[in-house]
Amino acid sequence: MAKILMKGNEAIGEGAVRAGCRYFFGYPITPQSELPHYLAKRMPQVGGVYLQAESEVATINMVYGAAGAGARVMTSSSGPGISLMQEGISYVVGAELPCVIVNMMRGGPGLGNIAPAQSDYFQATRGGGHGDYRMIVLAPASVQEIIDLMQDAFDLADRYRNPVMLAGDGVLGQMMEPVELGEEKEVRIPPRPWAATGRTGGEKHLINSLYIVPEDLEKHNIRLAAKFAAMEKEEQRWEDYLAADAELVLVAFGTAARVCKAVVDRCRREGKAVGLIRPLTLWPFPVKAFQPLLATAAHFLTVEMSMGQMVEDVRLATRECRPVYFYGRCGGMLPVAGDVYAAVQKILAGGEAK
Amino acid sequence: MFQAILIAGFGGQGVLSTGQLLAYAGMLEGRHVAWIPSYGPEMRGGTANCGVTIADRPISSPVVSEPTTLIAMNRPSLEKFEPDVQPGGLILVNSSLIDIKARRTDVRVEYIKANELAEEIGNSKVANNIILGALLEITGVVSIDAVEESLRKVLPAHHHDLIPVNRRALELGRELMREKGTEKR
Amino acid sequence: MMQKVFTRPRTLKDVPTHYCPGCTHGIVHRLVAEAIDELNVFDRTIGVAPVGCSVFAYNYFDCDMYEASHGRAPAVATGIKRVLPDRVVFTYQGDGDLAAIGTGEVVHAAARGEKITVIFINNAIYAMTGGQMAPTTLIGQKTTTTPYGRDRELNGSPVKICEMLGVLDGAAYIARVSVHNPANVVKAKKAIKRAFEVQMAGHGFTLVEVLSACPTNWGLAPDEALRWLADNMVPYYPLGEYKAPEEI
Repeated sequence: MAKILMKGNEAIGEGAVRAGCRYFFGYPITPQSELPHYLAKRMPQVGGVYLQAESEVATINMVYGAAGAGARVMTSSSGPGISLMQEGISYVVGAELPCVIVNMMRGGPGLGNIAPAQSDYFQATRGGGHGDYRMIVLAPASVQEIIDLMQDAFDLADRYRNPVMLAGDGVLGQMMEPVELGEEKEVRIPPRPWAATGRTGGEKHLINSLYIVPEDLEKHNIRLAAKFAAMEKEEQRWEDYLAADAELVLVAFGTAARVCKAVVDRCRREGKAVGLIRPLTLWPFPVKAFQPLLATAAHFLTVEMSMGQMVEDVRLATRECRPVYFYGRCGGMLPVAGDVYAAVQKILAGGEAK
Repeated sequence: MFQAILIAGFGGQGVLSTGQLLAYAGMLEGRHVAWIPSYGPEMRGGTANCGVTIADRPISSPVVSEPTTLIAMNRPSLEKFEPDVQPGGLILVNSSLIDIKARRTDVRVEYIKANELAEEIGNSKVANNIILGALLEITGVVSIDAVEESLRKVLPAHHHDLIPVNRRALELGRELMREKGTEKR
Repeated sequence: MMQKVFTRPRTLKDVPTHYCPGCTHGIVHRLVAEAIDELNVFDRTIGVAPVGCSVFAYNYFDCDMYEASHGRAPAVATGIKRVLPDRVVFTYQGDGDLAAIGTGEVVHAAARGEKITVIFINNAIYAMTGGQMAPTTLIGQKTTTTPYGRDRELNGSPVKICEMLGVLDGAAYIARVSVHNPANVVKAKKAIKRAFEVQMAGHGFTLVEVLSACPTNWGLAPDEALRWLADNMVPYYPLGEYKAPEEI
């Protein structure tokens, strides 16, 4: 099948439709607006619903209702809007509802700006809302990977009855790359025997996150924790790009990882043993990727579009038995290959990086 | 083959769509391509630029921070991005709108009065494609036929009557560079 | 032969409620359940409970239920109804939930003409959290956060939801009723049933505001509370239909 040139934001939309998602609730915010534009056009063509809500607060609660009613459903936003959704996300987890939430990250804090960033890493991976919860966070780095991961996002949400976040950034959303869409496949959405759709002769169903008796809530929390533990065990994903024999291993995700690949290429051409670990799941963090590298790598350099958030997970994953350096640009600035290369040079020469 | 082309100008100059056209043509010729925009919050009249990478191997980074070619459609773009061009690279200057000269001596610089030339062939909107034609002649990054094919795909059918004038613009840019007796690199 | 003339509606579960003596939530629950029974839609009705005194409404209604976050029941109901347009969907919300934190959600659900029914309990006070001022608290009314009485200069005036929503094109049926005496309870039942009928006919958004008593937080005996409601709330919150379709 022929390739087509597609924007990342549009690929999210098309990927969702192909994954069987038929309900999208959203509210405009830059830099993800091409996604709602795309779905506003696309959903009616496939018998789905695109609905623009009055706020992100309403959006996530519409998702709660639609997911409870048994639908494959998603919403999308960027930093400030995702912050507004945090209460709702906590309820979605508490009520064990599957859904997909897209965050095309922009510069913060506050209104920040509309330029690309990765500074919502903590919010995404630590559970930005209240209560004891986790969610799988997927971080694609190309438009093709977006298409492929959207299907996984919905499937993982169903498998664990938990929201899944797709974390991108403004660059990924607005860049265009060729994608192979492949044949549209019949999507089999797993049955949802727990959905509250009207009793129609059956048992009463309740979609709820309230457990007023502490003993009951503790049990609920322990059960949720078992799900999160299963995710940590089963769902770690990463790309290993020439890291196995690398003296210095770069660690980066999304757009920053693309920049780092170019740096690895240059270093390898020059005979320097540099590689890259690119987490595809920000949570669960791919700790497994680091275990073999502790025997081979001398240094780690984390590159992020923030002041350093994932670097904490890299320190945990390496158990701090190798030095972990950090290089970041923030506020909507991108790390450029030349600067990352300079940081690599400095470390390899035995100098201090920041 | 690896070309990282930065096209920069005012919003509304067609900078982003020219880049898309180029990326599309690269894709049609079976290359790996990436297009990445950058622009201010203004819908019209602000600055706009895009990076287009066309290569015969997978593209590690779509971010064009050290372009092999800079197409400068206005003065601020030339001033801002000239220092980033790789040594041995190329700068194409729209001298209809830029009244200064590039300072680099380690790159090739061509000045093209694109707006006047576009008026001469009857459509002021094809200035970008005159410069694109020059780019194709010098770098051989894609063929004119592939660009025309892309126009057919990206332009809505009711604008297909504009394809001949766009083709004419691409050819004009190519001829300008040929007249200079340059060799393909 | 003995005949049963009064029984628990099918839509209500046979469980004791947690409501205080003299609270009118129980009456309104029953009216909603009777309407659902009489329209014979129990099996395809979905309810959304709020945060507030009626947070446990999901334990009392025997149809499928959702518990929403504070104020967001109309958004949750929107999500449900868009996925299941042939179901009957209602929310049950108090004045803090609907008229303060959830104002945005209810206004826009009405504006969109969501085919849902909102049962809005106005008792002029936040009850569950300890008797604080609500958006619907009357001028001069004492609460735990207006110990000197609600002051217009400091707190502004009470919010009239029916009057507000009645002007929206998407609203199909908007009515205010009271449950302070049997005659009004009968009228309230009619309005609630009508709201469900209008929803089922696909006309748009429907809401019934029910003036209710909170003896506990008003500091009154149940009978005094009903009199206070009639004497003070009804004059400020006029009863009647604010919007209704011509047919039905």
